[in-house]
Formats: sequence, structure tokens, C-alpha cells
Amino acid sequence: MKGNQLYLDGVTVMFDGFRALNNLSIIVEPGEMRAVIGPNGAGKTTMMDVITGKTRPTKGTVRFGDHDLTRMDEAAIANLGIGRKFQKPTVFDALTVFENLELALKAPRGPFACLRWALGGAARSRIEQVQDEIGLTARAGDRAAILSHGQRQWLEIGMLLMQDPQLLLVDEPVAGMTDQETEHTAALLRRIAGERSVVVVEHDLEFVRALGQKVTVLHEGTMLSEGAIDHVQNDPRVIEVYLGR
Amino acid sequence: MSATLADPAPSRLRLGLRAATIAVVIALAAMPLLNRLPVDSAFHVSDFLVSITGKWICYAILALAIDLAWGYAGLLSLGHGAFFALGGYAIGMHLMRLIGPRGSYGHPVLPDFMVFLGYTELPFFWWGFQSFPYALFMALFIPGLLAGIVGFLAFRSRITGVYFSIITQAMTYALMLAFFRNDMGLGGNNGFTDFKELLGQPLNTALARSSLFYAALLSLVGVYFLCAYITRSKLGRVLIAIRDAESRVRFLGYSVTQAKLFVFVLSGMIAGLAGALYVPLVGIINPGEFAPTNSIEAVIWVAVGGRGTLIGAALGAFSVNAIKTWLTSVAPDLWLFALGGLFVAVTLLLPRGLLGLVRKGDR
Ligand SMILES: Nc1ncnc2c1ncn2[C@@H]1O[C@H](COP(=O)(O)OP(=O)(O)O)[C@@H](O)[C@H]1O
Ligand SMILES: [Mg+2]
Repeated sequence: MKGNQLYLDGVTVMFDGFRALNNLSIIVEPGEMRAVIGPNGAGKTTMMDVITGKTRPTKGTVRFGDHDLTRMDEAAIANLGIGRKFQKPTVFDALTVFENLELALKAPRGPFACLRWALGGAARSRIEQVQDEIGLTARAGDRAAILSHGQRQWLEIGMLLMQDPQLLLVDEPVAGMTDQETEHTAALLRRIAGERSVVVVEHDLEFVRALGQKVTVLHEGTMLSEGAIDHVQNDPRVIEVYLGR
Repeated sequence: MSATLADPAPSRLRLGLRAATIAVVIALAAMPLLNRLPVDSAFHVSDFLVSITGKWICYAILALAIDLAWGYAGLLSLGHGAFFALGGYAIGMHLMRLIGPRGSYGHPVLPDFMVFLGYTELPFFWWGFQSFPYALFMALFIPGLLAGIVGFLAFRSRITGVYFSIITQAMTYALMLAFFRNDMGLGGNNGFTDFKELLGQPLNTALARSSLFYAALLSLVGVYFLCAYITRSKLGRVLIAIRDAESRVRFLGYSVTQAKLFVFVLSGMIAGLAGALYVPLVGIINPGEFAPTNSIEAVIWVAVGGRGTLIGAALGAFSVNAIKTWLTSVAPDLWLFALGGLFVAVTLLLPRGLLGLVRKGDR
């Protein structure tokens, strides 16, 4: 299957006169993994909000293949195959690990379909497979509320996998993680990337280096630099933004 | 071992709770029979106790409706009394039409209040109410329709939390004002009363009273199983997810609006059913049933019993009303203070209600 290209052109988002995104253009090819870095407030999360329909751009084009994402709501965009992991891990605390994954599993989403839903063998083994991939098999029956911070992040990544998206948006997956958890997460992301496009937002440069992918640097809502990690790290404008203060 | 789903192995507490629930239902079912025993028998149950328990059973159905919307989907409605009252009015209209020429004015078709107000013919919205199935249908349909309209407008604009509560409270208040008006053609502030018969049975007989009691009890059991079926399905887990992290559910591709609309409409219909069972039992319906305090009281039953647990909601309806009945007979002025105090105490000390004491593992 040929995936879709993510295409942002001239995207501007204004909040009360403040430009959170300023004429931002980014293209992510099918199957590509892209790291987006930038200081706090650079507009990284806002960029994801625009792609997933949470925020409407004031100006600009946002397309996924032939689909104009500025005209669709969150659920429609999700069903198009764009999955998102939030900066603050959001899993459903009252549900078990297994139930969280089950909700994310690709299946009819309407209320009546959910009412009649019966967990089949194929669905169960798919859930168990992902549970294994994110290392939470032993916690399957535990409620998400009692997981550690790192485990919650992995559960959320697992929920993304269940959706089987074409494009994965991952916002600061290693914030607050121990070094060991960070390594584990980088390995997990590399492994699941496969045929999907992945956009990882992070401001931890070591983590981005560990991913070893093309990097886009965002600053004050615009693209500052783009290329391999060594290239952007030696870019004088990047050095100025990161080190010049 | 593979993952457990919503139904973990029942603990001893759970089994105990289940046994207690079944025992209570059996005891309730025995009440009208014990009422037939001679008055001097030790097991005699008074008319008063049977009739008030019948009312509480209807309240328990209303509590289940509120719990389904609030405890599971996080929709705190402060207007469920309106759905209850509308269900009651629908059956009330049927009961009024069955009075026929037995009214004080002896008009063959028009209820007394219409004759009194100078009506010459039956308003169109009264047509059909001589049929019981039609009236019962309307007792569910009208509350469901109202819930659908209010829900659609609110959910589509993503009105949540306290704003949603205020809208539902305003809804019941507006309906109360409307129903107080004589020109609504629904009896004005007197509402409907002096009912004579239902389904060919005079209402003032012991048989009619116990039949109505059993109808309410059977409905309570049926509504409980319906709610349990929903809350244990994947839809139930979607509702819990919406309650706890609504926007996350959207990013998973679910239509939050549809799920909320489904549960709110169903909840409104269940409340309508409760009202329809209530009115023949108590023999009167008037606009006071729309009073905002009624809706708030019903929410407190659920909070006290334990929201998010079906048994808790029913338990709350019974226990708070038992306290109310006792307190209003010994110190009527204290009731509202006691109710407020109870709510504060439960919120602070027992955030999961009475049932939270028993069922720690629940969500
Ligand atoms: N809903 C909003 N209303 C007003 N300002 C916002 C809103 N969301 C984000 N911003 C502002 O936009 C800027 C970019 O934020 P964000 O995208 O969260 O940055 P990053 O994720 O790169 O740290 C910040 O200055 C933030 O304060
Ligand atoms: Mg951010």
C-alpha cells in the first residue's frame, strides 16, 4: 500500500494576535520518520494540533494525500489513519491495559457497533501482540492509573499501534523518563516505524540522535533548519537559538 | 495468563453484594402479599409502607437513568426530573381520558379542567391518548425526543461539565413555568388527578395497587439488566473513557457526540418510564414535578449510593428517601438542611458513595 504524504504549506496559527505558527511549511513523505526539535514554545505541539484537527489554522494548507485536514474533525482525521500521542500521557485510568488497547483497536466506532462488539480471537491476539511489544503483558489486567510514568507512555504508544495508523505523531515521548526508559522508547519507536510515517517531537537532542533520522528545527513558529542531526547541530542559526541565551 | 476483561472473577464481597441484592428484590416482591395478611399478624406490611415503597422503586429507576448518564458518561444532568415528569404527564393524559363522563362536569370527552376553561373540543395533542399503548409510547418518546434535542445542541457545540448541568437545569425550570400555564392545555398548576381506572381496572382496589407495584418492580429489574448490559459492553468502556478523557476518545476516532447522544436519549427514556410508573401509583401529577430541586435531589441519591455503580444508584434512592420520609415526619423543617449536609458529607468523606465502602475495585 502506498501511504499518503503529509503536506503543510504556509501554515499560520494566531492566538490573540500571537503567532504560534508562522508560515510553516513541512513535507513528510510516506514511510519517513522525522524528528522535530525546538525550544519550549516553538510551536511543536501546535503543529500537531493543526494536523489532528484540534486547532484550525488561521492561514495555510494542511493536506494528507488528497484530504484537506483543515475541513475535518478529530475523529474523521483519526479514522483517516493519523494517530497521535500526546505530550502529557493520556490513557484511560479507569480501564485496564488490555481495555485501553481494545478501545484503540481498529473496529467500527459507532455506539451500536460498540454495544454489540464481541472480542474475537483475532482481535485478542492482536491486542496481546501489542501488549507484548510495549512490554506490558504482565500488567494486562491492571488499571492504567497504577502504571508508572514510563509505562503509561508505552501504553499510549501501544494504543497508537492498535489504530494501525499510516502517520504517527508522537509528542515528547521521553519527557520525564529515566535514561533507560528513554533508550527503550527510542528502540520501540524505531521498531514500529516500519512502513508508517512518524513525526516525533522532542527537545532532547540526545534522543533525536538516537533515532538517527532527518531533523526539522522549529523556532518561533517557523522552520529554522532542516537536515541530518550533524548538519543542524552545526547550523549557526540553530546554535544561536539553542546556545545563544 | 491472558488479560481479564470487564468481568473479573467475582470477589467474596461482590458475591455477597449480589446475594444481598437478590434478597432485597425478593423482600420487595413479598411486600404486597404480606400486606394481605391480617393487620394483627407480625408479618403484616401496612398500606402506607407498600405505597411508599412503590414510589421509591420508581425513584430507583430514575436513579439508574441518572447514573447511566452521569456515573458512566460523565453527563451531570440537573434536569432529569423533567424527563420523569414528562413520562408522568403522558400516562396522566391517558388516565384523564379514561375518566370519560365520570368527571364533575360529566362531559363525555373533555377532562374537567378543559370544560372549566371553556374548551369545546379536544386539543390535537390529546388525540390518541385514549389508547394505552400510545400513551406508554409517548411516555418514552417525548422524554427521549427532548433529551435528543437538548443533547444534540449541547454535545455538538461541545458544551460539557457545569455548563451542561446549567442547561439541563434551565430546561426543567422552563418546562415547569410552561406547565404552570393554563393555556398549555395540560391542567395548569393543578395538573391531573382523580384518576378512575387503568387497563379496565379501578385504581382504588388492592389488586390495582399491587399490580402497579409489581409493574414498577419488574421495570426496575429490567432497567437494571439493560443498564448492566450497556455498561459491560465496549460501549460502556467508551463512555467511561469519555467521562475521564473526552478529547483523547476523539483522537481514537470515536464520535463522542454520537456516544453521548445515545446514552443521554436512553437515559431520558428510562426516566420517562419511571415517571409513567409513578403517576398511577401516587394518583397525581402536577408541574411541581418539574421543580429544579427534584432533579437535584435525584442526583444526590446517586451520589450517596455511589455513582458509577448501578446497585449503588438504586441503593441511594431507597436510603435517602427512607431518611427523608422519617425526617419529614419528625422534623419537616430540617429536611433540606439534612439533604445538603448529606451531600457535602458524602462528597468529602465517601466520594464513591455507600457502595464505594464495599466495592473498592470499581471505576
Ligand atoms: N490555545 C492557545 N492559546 C493561546 N496561546 C497558545 C495556545 N496554545 C499554544 N499557545 C502558545 O503558542 C506557543 C507555542 O506553543 P506550543 O505549540 O505548545 O509549543 P511547544 O510544543 O513547541 O513547546 C506558546 O507560546 C504557547 O503559549
Ligand atoms: Mg509541546
